[in-house]
Amino acid sequence: MSPKKITTADHEIVCQEGESVLDALLREHIDIPYSCKEGACQSCMIRSTDGAPPTNAQKGLKDVLKHQNYFLACLCIPHEDMHVSIGDSPVTFTDGTVTGKELLNPETLLLTIEFDEPLDFYAGQFVNLKRADGLIRSYSIANNRVHAHKLTFHIRRLAGGRFSEWAHQELAVGDKIAVSDPQGLCYYLPNDLEQNMLLVGTGSGLAPLAGIIEEALHHGHRGEIHLYHGSREVDGLYWIDEMRQLAKAHPNFHYTPCVSRGDAPAGITQGRANEVALAALPSLKEWRVYLCGHPEMVNQTKRKAFLKGASFQNIYSDAFHVASSTLE
Amino acid sequence: MSATATTLYEQLGGEAAVNAAVDIFYRKVLDDHRINRFFDHTDMEKQAAKQKAFLTMAFGGPNNYSGADMRRGHAHLVKMGLDDSHFDAVMEHLTGTLRELNVPQNLIDQVAAIAESTRTDVLGR
Repeated sequence: MSPKKITTADHEIVCQEGESVLDALLREHIDIPYSCKEGACQSCMIRSTDGAPPTNAQKGLKDVLKHQNYFLACLCIPHEDMHVSIGDSPVTFTDGTVTGKELLNPETLLLTIEFDEPLDFYAGQFVNLKRADGLIRSYSIANNRVHAHKLTFHIRRLAGGRFSEWAHQELAVGDKIAVSDPQGLCYYLPNDLEQNMLLVGTGSGLAPLAGIIEEALHHGHRGEIHLYHGSREVDGLYWIDEMRQLAKAHPNFHYTPCVSRGDAPAGITQGRANEVALAALPSLKEWRVYLCGHPEMVNQTKRKAFLKGASFQNIYSDAFHVASSTLE
Repeated sequence: MSATATTLYEQLGGEAAVNAAVDIFYRKVLDDHRINRFFDHTDMEKQAAKQKAFLTMAFGGPNNYSGADMRRGHAHLVKMGLDDSHFDAVMEHLTGTLRELNVPQNLIDQVAAIAESTRTDVLGR
């Protein structure tokens, strides 16, 4: 084994024989967080940008992180030259064309954007949409990979929300809009088709979850799939019929719409989606859990799912932080 | 150094032991009403990674913790009222976790002594 070249965004360094990437970076005074140097704390996690890193350098990482070629610098003795990215990599944008606008409920817009070139994305990831004046907002992708030229989004109109108001009222079919590379780690990988899945979403948190479910069913997922979608009132729910039909077509898919305020009409469960879900499922040991929506719901449920037996390795989440309050 | 002079970290089982311990330890901590409020606004996944680093250190493994880091990392909790009683509760869960993993008492005592040595920094004294 001869010395290997490690290329970062700003540096090119040499990793000596038997030396870890972390030690090489530190020797060259390149700023990288680290702590245990033993593969336990995961603080020195970085990403290989030109192919898979050595497998043993990915020990203990979540499947989606492995999938995106993240690895632990402290465990990595390179077999060949590597290009790595430390910290957030710059985001590039591609222009798409708006081809569809449809209301899913009074406050949620289904926006469809199509592209000339196919995109590499996973349902559940998100992109940044950029308006011509530079205003940027993140939205989850709601469709699956089968539609590689198309992305759909559920855009909830927020009181005083500059982007969402504009998307609802001014953005028109035929307009061009800049869309970033897909990002995020809350998505489905078909590496265990027998694993049971719990998905909990509030409001437009249904978007990534619906995409993940479609993706799972497309891969023939055989474990039980439980979706709990919640809103304050029935008006905030959507795709009720679509989800019910999906549940009819796939006996392993179970759908429970929930409302947290007032009495629930027939067929809808009264209560917060996350609480209803946790009360209904006895144990989440070995389950895969997806949580999308209100940050507080996501954070609380993550903890409760962990206490109910799910491991953090199997919990995927995307908290929707918003700049303004939702329309009541 | 002779081949038998293994570290406490290695004697406990290295990274695999840390992974096993972190889950058991965290379930104990989050189930304990005396201390779980300190984690109300914490991203537990990131916290679990920090906890792995902490246990690596407590197990006497290689680490990069300094007293200053410990002080900085816990200052907001001290403002929330973190005191000796909470530190004791965490110690109790740490030793309880190791007992559950059938770690011999002499090793538990060594881990406890390392964790105990962070008390003044954690409590910002």
